[in-house]
Amino acid sequence: MIVAERKPLGEIVEMIAQLHKVTVIGCRSCVAICLAGGEKEVKMLISALKLKNRKEGRKQEFDGFVLERQCEKEWVKEVDDKILASDVILSMSCSLGAQTIADMYPEKVVVPGLNTAMFGVPEEQGMWSEKCLGCGDCIIHTTGGICPIARCAKSMLNGPCGGSSDGHCEVNLDIECAWYAIHERLKLQGRLDLLEAVRPPKDWTPSHSGGRRIIVREDAKLTQHQKRGKEAVI
Amino acid sequence: MKAGSDLEKVFEAGKFAVTAEIGPPQSANPEPLLQHARMLKGMADAFNLTDNQTAVVRLSSIASAAIVMREGLEPVIQMTCRDRNRIALQSDLLGASAIGVKNVLCLTGDHQTFGNEKAAKSVFDFDSVSELYTFNKLRTEGLQSGGNVIEDEPPKLYLGCAENPFATPFEFRAMRLAKKVNAGADFVQTQAIFDMDMFETWMDEVRGRSLDKKVHIMAGVIPMKTAGAARYMKNKVPGMIVPNHIIDRMKTASDPKKEGIKLCVEQIEAFKNIKGVHGVHIMAVKWEEIVPSIVDAAGLLPRPSLK
Repeated sequence: MIVAERKPLGEIVEMIAQLHKVTVIGCRSCVAICLAGGEKEVKMLISALKLKNRKEGRKQEFDGFVLERQCEKEWVKEVDDKILASDVILSMSCSLGAQTIADMYPEKVVVPGLNTAMFGVPEEQGMWSEKCLGCGDCIIHTTGGICPIARCAKSMLNGPCGGSSDGHCEVNLDIECAWYAIHERLKLQGRLDLLEAVRPPKDWTPSHSGGRRIIVREDAKLTQHQKRGKEAVI
Repeated sequence: MKAGSDLEKVFEAGKFAVTAEIGPPQSANPEPLLQHARMLKGMADAFNLTDNQTAVVRLSSIASAAIVMREGLEPVIQMTCRDRNRIALQSDLLGASAIGVKNVLCLTGDHQTFGNEKAAKSVFDFDSVSELYTFNKLRTEGLQSGGNVIEDEPPKLYLGCAENPFATPFEFRAMRLAKKVNAGADFVQTQAIFDMDMFETWMDEVRGRSLDKKVHIMAGVIPMKTAGAARYMKNKVPGMIVPNHIIDRMKTASDPKKEGIKLCVEQIEAFKNIKGVHGVHIMAVKWEEIVPSIVDAAGLLPRPSLK
C-alpha cells in the first residue's frame, strides 16, 4: 500500500494560515490503514488546529470528513458542494488524492496534510517498510521474492556491496542488507545459481526515468454508449 | 596487451605489482596532487585517484589523473556509479581515455549519506558489475550500453574492480569476484586486510574457482598511525574486520606509527607468499607520504621499468 506520514502541525498551519474556511478531507484507503489520514486522524488534526488557533488568536472555520477513495473522481464528486464552499482543501490523503481534487477543482487551493512516503507494508503494529519503487519491470522471481531495487540503498542488481556488515546495510545498521537476505533466501531454496550470472544494466524506461507513465487499457475503457449511461446514473 | 599500461605490463611480466592511493584535495588547487606525485613517483606502478571517496566532494578523479600524469605518474581512475548515469559514465570514460588514462577501477561507490552532500539524489543507474560489463563491451566491441557502436577506435582500457572478502555473506564473496571477472575485470584491489586468516580462507575459495588464473589479485592494506584508527575502522567502517590482536598491538606499541608501518610490511611479505596474490594496493589515507618507506621496507623497490 501507499504509506504516508502526517506533516508537522507547524507546517500545516503555515500552509493554511491566510485562508478562512478549511475543509479537511481524509481517505479510507491506504492512509487510513497506515494511521495517517483516516477518520480518527482527520478529527485529531482538526482538534489540534483549533487548539492552536485558540492559543494564537486565529479564527478559522473547519469542516472534516473522509472519502472512500480520494484518488477516484466518483468519490470526490459526492462532496462537490463542500469543496466548492471552502477556501482551502487540506487533504489528508496521499498525494494522489490531493492531486485528484486539485485537478478536478483547479480554482481551489489544495494543500497536502501528509507526506507520501513509499509503497510499503506494515511489518508490525506501528512499523512500515518500503518494498517496491514501481520500476515497471518486476524481477523478484530471480531474487527470492525480495526487491533489490527498493530494498537495497543502491538499487544494486549485482549485490551485495562491500558495506554489508553482519547482514545489515551500511547506510542504516538497523536495516537488513537486501542482498544478504536474497542470498539467504536463495540458499534456503537451493537456487544460489541464480546469483552467478552477471545482470547487465537495467532498462529503466518502464520506470519514471522513461517519463511520466500513463497506462491505457483499451479492453478496460468504456464505449461511448457505456459512458453516456454512466453519466446518466451519476 | 589490452591497454599497455605500466600496471598491465608488470602483471604480464609476472612481477609483484604495487599500486597506491592518492586522495584528491577538497579544492581546485592542484598543488597537493603535484606534491604527492613528486613524492611518490617511482614508488608504485600506478596510482589510484579516488572518486569523491566516502561521498565527499573533491577535485574529480579524472582531472586529478591529468594533473599527476604531468609529473609522469600512471593513474588508475576510480569511477563510482553513485553520481553518474550511464551517459555520463561512458562519456567520462571516453574523455579519460582520450587524455591518456588506461587503468579504470569500477566501483559502485559509498552511499551519499556518508559524505558532505547527504541531500543528494542518488544515481546508481549501474552497479560495479554492470559498469564493468559495459566498459568491457566498450573496449572489446566498441559497443555502448544503448546499442550504439563507436565508429572510431574503441578506448584501450585496463579494467579493475574492488572486492571485500570481509563483507557479508562471506560465502558469496568469491562468487561475487567471479561475476566481476566474467564481466571483464583484469585486476582486483581488495578492501584493506587486517584479518589474515579470513583473507587466506577467501583466497582458498578464489583459487578453488581458478579465479587467480583469470584476474590479478592485489591485496589491500591501510597503514595505521594509532590504535584509535584501528578501533575506528573496526567499529565505524561498514564491512571492515579488524581483529583485537591488531588493536592491542597498536595500543601497546611504544611508537604506534612505526608499528603501523611494520604491520603493513609484514602483511606485504605474507602476501608475496600467498598463491594467486599478484600485488599490493596501499591505501595510506591522509598519509600518502609514508608509502615510499613501506614499499622500500617491503623490498619492492625499485619498481620494474618495462617497455
